Amino acid sequence: MIAVVQQGNTALWMFLAFVAATLVITYFSARKSSGASAYFAAGRRITGWQNGLAVAGDYMSAASFLGIAGMIAMNGYDGFLYSVGFLVAYLTVLFLVAEPLRNTGKYTMADVLAFRLSPKPVRAAASVSTLTVSLFYMIAQMVGAGVLVRQLIPGVSYEVAVVGVGILMVVYVVFGGMLATTWVQIIKAVLLISGSLFLSYLVLQKFHFDLGQFFSSLTAISSTGPNGETMTRNFLHPGLIFKNPWDQISLGMALLFGTAGLPHILIRFYTVPDAKTARASVVWAMLIIGAFYIMTTFFGFGAASLLGPDYVKANGGTNMAAPELARVLGGEVFFAFISAVAFATILAVVAGLTISASTSFAHDFFVNVIHHGKEHRPGEEVKVARITAFVVGAASIGIAILLGPAVNVAFLVGLAFAVAASANLPVMLASLFWRRFNTAGAVGGLGVGLLSSIGLILVSPDFMKEPIFPLKNPALVSIPLGLIATWLGTVLSKEKASEEKFVELTVRAQTGLGAEKATEH
Amino acid sequence: MNRDDRCRRIFRDPDFAELVRRKATLILPATLFFVIYYFALPVAAGWFPEFMQKEIWGRVNVAYLFALSQFLMTWGLAFLYVWAAAGWDRREHQLLKKIGADSKE
Repeated sequence: MIAVVQQGNTALWMFLAFVAATLVITYFSARKSSGASAYFAAGRRITGWQNGLAVAGDYMSAASFLGIAGMIAMNGYDGFLYSVGFLVAYLTVLFLVAEPLRNTGKYTMADVLAFRLSPKPVRAAASVSTLTVSLFYMIAQMVGAGVLVRQLIPGVSYEVAVVGVGILMVVYVVFGGMLATTWVQIIKAVLLISGSLFLSYLVLQKFHFDLGQFFSSLTAISSTGPNGETMTRNFLHPGLIFKNPWDQISLGMALLFGTAGLPHILIRFYTVPDAKTARASVVWAMLIIGAFYIMTTFFGFGAASLLGPDYVKANGGTNMAAPELARVLGGEVFFAFISAVAFATILAVVAGLTISASTSFAHDFFVNVIHHGKEHRPGEEVKVARITAFVVGAASIGIAILLGPAVNVAFLVGLAFAVAASANLPVMLASLFWRRFNTAGAVGGLGVGLLSSIGLILVSPDFMKEPIFPLKNPALVSIPLGLIATWLGTVLSKEKASEEKFVELTVRAQTGLGAEKATEH
Repeated sequence: MNRDDRCRRIFRDPDFAELVRRKATLILPATLFFVIYYFALPVAAGWFPEFMQKEIWGRVNVAYLFALSQFLMTWGLAFLYVWAAAGWDRREHQLLKKIGADSKE
């Protein structure tokens, strides 16, 4: 009993140290940041490697750290397929989106659309899509945070954990803006990478750094089957858990094309001085994210080999595989460290989501749709964003508590990626590269992409015992639907202004002429 | 010369067309390649399990090595892109200088 309390305390102290460090950063950011560009885009003065770490921090959520480690620990190779998709997706970001987005936009994804299309309808539609993606993703993270903290720090209840996470993310965003949020991401990414490096090192040490021996141990993993029988499986074989390949393909499409449409990732490219730095930051992010996902080999498969699926199931379940492995290999202090890292991971991701949702509401909806593109009073845009961050925080705390810890929310992350892939990416690419493209195409694509993703999820196996739609992720169908709507809306209407503006957009997207500049010191 | 005129002049400039063409020559085939290479993995895992289970290096099988190769493929294409983009940056700089537009503006 005493041991339990002490181990809880170590995790708690380590977490409080992280919170203290981030609050100091928030304090200094708040003193530094004034003006919209400072608040929404950190003054566009973040460097390439800093933004690379921040993108990685925004992206590597608890789902990827705890979820993938757990999936590999329980069922082997199939879980590793997720790791692959999460990294390859960055080629879409690098090749097609990051640089033109930085050159043409100001604070949000909708800026790229509003450049040549009728601003009010496209900003309204893009804002709805941004808020939807951010809220889905956020609720999944909040519920995950509550469940996790309850397991990691004894004595803290689900509700207290959710409220705590919610208050902290609102404090970072309201007071520190993009600069504080960026540094929270950077610290979290460094902690996560260090933690996984050390965990991987401890796993390999157990195998005397002999990779052959490590992989051999994975070919015969024993566990208890569904009917109480003992089964021995080769964890390097595909298909141990995923029986329908179309599920994997649909999920792969959501990851590959959705990452480049995730609003909280896209707005990170506005924090750097120019498109070249945006390019460099994607490459930094790819190195960090790739290194992390390769390491899931060691701590995911390592948990399967050294702990075994039965042990993981009996000690906190799938999501606790990585922390439990840390406890067994590194003792209570390392367990506490990995637990604190997991919590920091969630906190950083929800802060990134909060600022993307509030930026879109303030910049796209409030200033540009309701107030016709002008602030009525100076500083109004930032003020509205701060209020929105507060409302978003309160709403997600409320929803997470209402849903409770028992609800399975993993599908919400898949849904967020599906909406980003089916609604956001097609219209953004069409706006950048298709001369004929127009407002009807954008609103049609965003609307159909969003609604078809949500509609298909509602009739999928996650919601129905006898599902009408057989796949867990809707992307395989919703992406083509989004594309068809984008195309149909465009060819069925004509918009001269959009075609004329294409010249300016292309020159600006490809050369950076007239792009937003970093603020002076 | 206002911004609209300058944009139109750049857009009509053969050097700009050449810059865009060079970008497309790398980006389009590379995108096609990584999409096909990526989806080959779930296709092979789902429909060709025997091929994927073949052991190549000790007990390490095709499935794991194929997945690992995706990481190397991704990094390789990223560095190819960065290398090519350095050339695009030079062309872009010369083009803007010729038109009299400073990218710092």
